[in-house]
Amino acid sequence: MHTELLRFTTAGSVDDGKSTLIGRLLYDSKAIHQDQYEAIEESSRRRGEEEVNLALLTDGLKAEREQGITIDVAYRYFSTPKRKFIIADTPGHIQYTRNMVTGASTANVALILMDARKGMLEQTRRHAIIASLLQIPHLLVCINKMDLTDYSEEVYEKLRDEFEAFAAKLDVKDVSYIPISALKGDNVVHRSENMPWYEGPTLIYYLENVHIASDYNFIDCRFPVQLVIRPNTDEFHDYRGYAGRVAGGIFKKGDEVMLLPSGFSSKIEAIDTYDGEVEEAFPPMSVVIRLENELDLSRGDMIVRPNNMPEVTQDLDLMICWFDNKPLRLRGKYIIQHTTRTARCLVKEIRYKMDINTLHRNLEDREIKMNDVARISLRTTQPLFVDPYSRNRITGSVILIDEATHQTVAAGMVI
Amino acid sequence: MYQLDHLKELEAESIFVIREVAAQFENPVLMFSGGKDSILMLYLARKAFYPARLPFPLLHVDTGHNFPETIAFRDELVEKWNLRLIVASVQDAIDRGLVHEERGIHASRNGLQTAVLLEAIEKHGFDAALGGGRRDEEKARAKERFFSHRDEFGQWDPKNQRPELWNLFNAKKQVGEHFRVFPISNWTELDVWQYLHREQVPLPSLYFAHERLCIERNGVLLADSEYLQKKPEETPATYKVRFRTIGDMTCTGAVLSEADTLEKVIEEIATTRITERGARADDKRSETSMEDRKKEGYF
Ligand SMILES: Nc1nc2c(ncn2[C@@H]2O[C@H](COP(=O)(O)OP(=O)(O)OP(=O)(O)O)[C@@H](O)[C@H]2O)c(=O)[nH]1
Ligand SMILES: [Mg+2]
Repeated sequence: MHTELLRFTTAGSVDDGKSTLIGRLLYDSKAIHQDQYEAIEESSRRRGEEEVNLALLTDGLKAEREQGITIDVAYRYFSTPKRKFIIADTPGHIQYTRNMVTGASTANVALILMDARKGMLEQTRRHAIIASLLQIPHLLVCINKMDLTDYSEEVYEKLRDEFEAFAAKLDVKDVSYIPISALKGDNVVHRSENMPWYEGPTLIYYLENVHIASDYNFIDCRFPVQLVIRPNTDEFHDYRGYAGRVAGGIFKKGDEVMLLPSGFSSKIEAIDTYDGEVEEAFPPMSVVIRLENELDLSRGDMIVRPNNMPEVTQDLDLMICWFDNKPLRLRGKYIIQHTTRTARCLVKEIRYKMDINTLHRNLEDREIKMNDVARISLRTTQPLFVDPYSRNRITGSVILIDEATHQTVAAGMVI
Repeated sequence: MYQLDHLKELEAESIFVIREVAAQFENPVLMFSGGKDSILMLYLARKAFYPARLPFPLLHVDTGHNFPETIAFRDELVEKWNLRLIVASVQDAIDRGLVHEERGIHASRNGLQTAVLLEAIEKHGFDAALGGGRRDEEKARAKERFFSHRDEFGQWDPKNQRPELWNLFNAKKQVGEHFRVFPISNWTELDVWQYLHREQVPLPSLYFAHERLCIERNGVLLADSEYLQKKPEETPATYKVRFRTIGDMTCTGAVLSEADTLEKVIEEIATTRITERGARADDKRSETSMEDRKKEGYF
């Protein structure tokens, strides 16, 4: 029993049809239970809608149903004989960009929707930029509401070219395009009879077959310590182990290791789990590592290999996406979380703000407001053990937290 | 190949989250109802800290309307694994006047649990409560974060949740606030059963097909008991049933079933057309009853 897992997210501007598409995908692949269907049927009727509104499958909050928009990411699960899927249906509204980033941060594929009548809007571009910053390996651009443009090939090609020109300036590896109608079901699970000119795959075929390389880095050994396990029982009197989740590389029993920040070296005596010792541990396993000698090592420290070190630094260069109502403060202090380590930091420099429409670096206006993407430099109170985000999503990501309100105010990716 | 199968991957994620709770909070508690999700949580939590003991107690909000099997099973586990159990009693809260018993035919103590839970959290100073809620259970739960912030009144604000990026969990809070943490957020019902089967975890007999006296009400089979108020025309009859979720006896519906082993249960779930909460009267009270309860501080 070995099922592959694909995590995907929706993206795109408000009302472009993301939630309807997820509803359609689940409905046409028979992944909706009878009582769930009856419940949305009843809600649609009560709202005076003629047809069953499939978006209600993910828009489950009262406020979402009242306003007809998605506010926060909804997670849905379904599987076909080929794969298991975790879907994050995210909001298009600019005010809730932070919730889109939440859903997208763990995705392998992003479905970027466009309304065929409207084409690329500012939020389409913002979401595409965020998807590229998060290094989501595959983008599928879904040109939706084709039923409203007479299923025109011309419209499809024009929008495809428009996105292609924009994506050329982004750091994305694999972009595909598909014309659909989420409302009517064209090319979602069933091949459209209205668009014989389209010869590519349906959405479900794409999702079942897109090649997913592992999310993880199996080369650079990184083990952030979560906590120290000390049973203090008769049976395990002198036991001391370091619990954590492997963030990179393959650790083996007997390996020479180096501890950060102390720089001491040791050897792996054993790798423990509740189900017994294992010979090796790799991402994303949660294990307990025992070392040969007793050393000072605690939460926030990292076990690595002596010949392959992360950068140990108090100076970070980041791309950030800013979430807070209050703008980023130059020289301001924030809490920073990186793997299991928490420190404080000072914003030393705002290098530039990214212009969402042109992708130019704006060096004049450096006020970073909610939903802006920017490049900044920080100084931290303690050294962090980082890799570039492009090399390791776990050791290359940070969040910033406001010291007074405790809100998570930014997502950061190490350059 | 360095790849975990999906159950191992889910297990690794949950263990990571449970350990983050132990590391980032001072006084966490594990909510335990005796149902399969609670049992899974407890099992994963033991794995997370092994060979050390579970570093936090269990909290059972006891409605007084439990299936006797649930309580017997709970006490057996507590004894066997040497756990610390705190019971917050709804009956006691009614007697003290903290909450008022609902009246009438659909009376349930389900909603009363919220006030009792919040009181227990405050009294013991818990700063994090681990719960077995899963996103695939219900549409409001589909919106939950792993680390879900609660204000000083225990309220959830679904319109203004903190962003949650990657696996970086922000546990910062003001005095008096707390967190609900959901380590098995990404498990589906089928995942839970497949895992419990693979790990040979013992389960209460209620989950397997057995003969039971039930009444049928609005298409739902409810177990007959002294707590259930019946209309005169509702006469109990014997059915072969099992339960897909276990809650209060008065609102947890049974399903007709012949599945008396884990294998058969898994087979049944893989082909069912009804969700597990489809038989729960507490969710059927209104379109947003789960969201409404959660906003007030329900599990
Ligand atoms: N004609 C037509 N209408 C569609 C199609 N897809 C979606 N719609 C309609 O577009 C409106 C918005 O759809 P949603 O699915 O809620 O849009 P969304 O992208 O999820 O919006 P947010 O989540 O708020 O950003 C609804 O009225 C849908 O019925 C389509 O393919 N054709
Ligand atoms: Mg939506």
